[in-house]
Amino acid sequence: MSSTFETVAGIISDTADIPRDQITPESHAIDDLGIDSLAFLDIAFAIDKAFGIKLPLEQWTQEVNEGKAPAEEYFVLKNLVARIDALIAAKNA
Amino acid sequence: MRLEYFEMIDRVVGLDRDAKRIEARSTVPTESPVFEGHFPGHPLVPGVLLTETMAQASGYLVLGLMDFSHMPFLMAVDKARFRTFVGPGTVLAITATLEHEGSGYAVTKARIAVEGKPICDAELRFRIMPFPADLSEQMRGQARRIGLLEAA
Repeated sequence: MSSTFETVAGIISDTADIPRDQITPESHAIDDLGIDSLAFLDIAFAIDKAFGIKLPLEQWTQEVNEGKAPAEEYFVLKNLVARIDALIAAKNA
Repeated sequence: MRLEYFEMIDRVVGLDRDAKRIEARSTVPTESPVFEGHFPGHPLVPGVLLTETMAQASGYLVLGLMDFSHMPFLMAVDKARFRTFVGPGTVLAITATLEHEGSGYAVTKARIAVEGKPICDAELRFRIMPFPADLSEQMRGQARRIGLLEAA
């Protein structure tokens, strides 16, 4: 598993007090892990700090609310990790 | 400082856009119904109101930096420490620094000092949202009252 996923899973485990072994790449942050919006902002802050990026949460929320993208695109961890990797790559480009 | 009306900031004395830092002053009133209960015969500013004071300074910082485009709402208080008692008539020096501007949220570190001595500090997080109806003008009015618009 990628180091990005390991870091994100560790952040989720610490921030939302979820046992690490329950967090998999297929986990849906809301539906499977029960993370609420406040806890997700805590996680976003920790991810922003850990990777030196800015997760575009407002844009993602707007896309989901407008039906332009399913929530799974952002909240299933393997997809979230892919987006984090893309933001890291863009930052380093 | 009007504790009963949650007007915690008397005056903004500086807003440094480059350093993303605000400085403000407030004087604790000599009398308030708050002191009748907290505590009888031994008046102390409640820690929760010192937290609110740090949150309001942070909120005005965010409003100033974002030119009143969005409204910050307190959503988390971390690492709050209250190092000594604060009584009536105390002059507070409040500072707040923007630590991180995320997408839809902001993080500040705030502290209060009296005559250079640290009183309390905390890390605060805010949800940043579009202004609810009619609140923008009211917040601008409050900001004008405390000198934020001049400082900005």
